[in-house]
Amino acid sequence: MIELRNVTKTYNSGGRPAVDDVSLQIETGTTVALIGPSGCGKTTTMRMINCLQVPTSGQILVNGQDVTKVDPQVLRRSIGYVIQQVGLFPHMTISENVATVPRLLKHDPAKIRKRVNEMLELVGLDPDEMGPRLPNALSGGQRQRVGFARALAADPEVMLMDEPFGAIDPITRSKVQTEFKEILKKTNKTVVMVTHDLDEALKMGDRVAIMRDGKLLQYDAPIDILARPNSLFVADFLGTDRALKQLNLISVRDRMTPATSTDFPTIAPSASLHFALSEILAQKVEGLIVREDGGPVLGFINRAAVLGPVALAS
Amino acid sequence: MNLLDAFTWFLAHKSTFMIALNQHLWMSAVAMSIGAAIAIPLGFLVAHSRRASFVAINIVGAIRSIPSLAILSAALPLLGIGFLPSVVALIVLAVPPMLLNTVVGVAEVDLTVTDAATGMGMSRLQIALHIELPLALGPIISGVKIASIQVIGGAALASFVGGGGLGDFISTGIAIMDMPRLLVGAVPIALLAIAAEVGFSFLERRVSYRNVNLSGEPG
Repeated sequence: MIELRNVTKTYNSGGRPAVDDVSLQIETGTTVALIGPSGCGKTTTMRMINCLQVPTSGQILVNGQDVTKVDPQVLRRSIGYVIQQVGLFPHMTISENVATVPRLLKHDPAKIRKRVNEMLELVGLDPDEMGPRLPNALSGGQRQRVGFARALAADPEVMLMDEPFGAIDPITRSKVQTEFKEILKKTNKTVVMVTHDLDEALKMGDRVAIMRDGKLLQYDAPIDILARPNSLFVADFLGTDRALKQLNLISVRDRMTPATSTDFPTIAPSASLHFALSEILAQKVEGLIVREDGGPVLGFINRAAVLGPVALAS
Repeated sequence: MNLLDAFTWFLAHKSTFMIALNQHLWMSAVAMSIGAAIAIPLGFLVAHSRRASFVAINIVGAIRSIPSLAILSAALPLLGIGFLPSVVALIVLAVPPMLLNTVVGVAEVDLTVTDAATGMGMSRLQIALHIELPLALGPIISGVKIASIQVIGGAALASFVGGGGLGDFISTGIAIMDMPRLLVGAVPIALLAIAAEVGFSFLERRVSYRNVNLSGEPG
């Protein structure tokens, strides 16, 4: 668990604080997306967790331990760190890059080799093909995968990710987001992610923290934030289509009813209501049959069921 | 045919020549080693601060602008004659290009790379040795190349303070207007300088090889 207690960071004494009295609790195994306009203090907040910045006042606890009270190098080796520009070491091979933290921790070389191969496979890269290459022989998406594998290599409990998908083209991005999210859930990481992309925050975050001018404005689950923004700024920030955005966060499975007819097009139970609505409109039908590809019929979802929950948004 | 005469003189005085050549190389090597031991660590130390680099580069630059002969003369009362004042004067020649190139090389290392290294828990020293040094090696070797060429040429002046070396043939040659003797000193110095240029350029290309096209498209 990560806990921020009344954390303030001022760069120039007397100036406006970059982070202003932020308190935040992040449960083990959950992902928090810090989001806000540039200069809102989200990156500084994240960088204080692994002591790349030191709070001017307040406390940051990782598993109950005050981060300023431990050797920063030991602390950082126990926290995975991913940045937008990836920061791969250009003179080292992909395998050597991934091996960085296990080597710093002086793990056994045979163990490191095995771990590196596992990590590359985990992020969908062939260790034999990619391992010996240098970073400049890889595409942007592949490099970001390597950066992610490198951060995971020493199996840290906590991961810090600063705009981890910013350098990837939009088509690859969505795929990589889904994959990373699955990996983070499967390995039960506690994640703090900085982003300026609202859809990314809503997709990746179990909870979203919206910041502005160093202050934490709202900290809630995505669906709650969309349904109940606590200020005009947050409502504005979420956009006029925030009701529609909620449809992305609910799956068809949650809204389906027992099927009475099979004379409709089909949709997967894991699809979002947003996708279901799009299909209903595109196919000009009243509803869709819910079933896995080739599987038995699980239920039925119609326009009313899709649109129902939106009425909750205020 | 001065060149032919010079060659004949060289054949007749081979052992004298070898002693002078050895002195010349030894003097240059010692000055280069000490110079590198000062300039390269200092470069790493100041590279991260714009102000510190500015101060360091300007101080060594100012010292460098004193003519070598003046440094030799100034060193004479303090260090006596011979090897020591010669090496000191050569170190003054050797430091500035190596310092400048180290600072530039280290400062040019991508900040996101060092940020990632810091964030993963590398110490300052580990970053310097495992990240910055390999990435800045091209410019650093280029600095060593420039310094070595200046030192090889500058070592000819050691003759004035009894430091020996190939400069002895040049000063004697001028003193007694013996052109062949002068060439026995001058031609090898020129050849050594060219050899340093070629050798270090080769090395520079070798170490820079892995870093070419760093920011380029994947290929």
